[in-house]
Amino acid sequence: VSAGEKYVAAAYGVVFVAVLVYVAIIAAKLARLERETAELAELARRRDAGG
Amino acid sequence: LSTSSPNNPRSASRVPLVAAAAAGLVGLAIVFAFFVAPEDADQGISQRIFYFHVPIALTAYACFGWGALKALLLLWRREERYDLESYVAVHQGTIFGALTLLTGSIWAKASWGHWWLWEEDQLVLFLVLFLFYSAYFMLRFSIEEGPRRANISAVYALFGVVLVPVSFLAIRLAENVIHPTVFTRDGPQMTGTMFLTFCIAWLAMSVLAYALYRVELLGKRLDANLRELREALTS
Repeated sequence: VSAGEKYVAAAYGVVFVAVLVYVAIIAAKLARLERETAELAELARRRDAGG
Repeated sequence: LSTSSPNNPRSASRVPLVAAAAAGLVGLAIVFAFFVAPEDADQGISQRIFYFHVPIALTAYACFGWGALKALLLLWRREERYDLESYVAVHQGTIFGALTLLTGSIWAKASWGHWWLWEEDQLVLFLVLFLFYSAYFMLRFSIEEGPRRANISAVYALFGVVLVPVSFLAIRLAENVIHPTVFTRDGPQMTGTMFLTFCIAWLAMSVLAYALYRVELLGKRLDANLRELREALTS
């Protein structure tokens, strides 16, 4: 592998990793939102049951 | 400021479609960059970084411009949703700006033998633009949430956009040109296939940025709605 090829792979790799990290952050956020939604649904159910 | 608007269901349902289009276009751009575009006689394989580096830089400029437009709309129409939209656009611009600096630095090392050249005005001006918008977040999160924060953030985003044409033109006006200028008054200085590859890559980056913008906006609005719901349920 030539030096030029290594640099090209590094440049494209940086973009790929950045998108991957972004997707991972969004996935973590979605998981948190799902947890919060479940908590709020439970809260609403308890409120309803309590009258 | 008026209250935040909820996620538009029709707009939200388009997000997977935009994301799929972005993935397809990025894949197509990679195929064109590596298997269709001819190798540059001057720079060899390292010139292929151009197909991602320049579209990423142009997308960063577009995101900052979009953020400024939303900031202007906030100051004009006083609707809170523009604050979030401006913030997300600036965030996207900063991500693409960081990628411009990283890919540019790698390309510089491959072509010039240096990671960075401080005497190159165009590089320094892009760094100034990037740092200016990085400081936007420090300013924004140092102020308590509310109309004051929205207004100050909007004014800052509007000031920053002035640097975009300065940074863009610096590449053309600089006298000691090491940074290549591909688009001149005589048109693009490349073959037809290279230009087509560049256009596909530019479209791919623009659609990718738009997809990320919609996804982030969707998440932030969901977050805000859940916060409001929690307050309503616990009060």
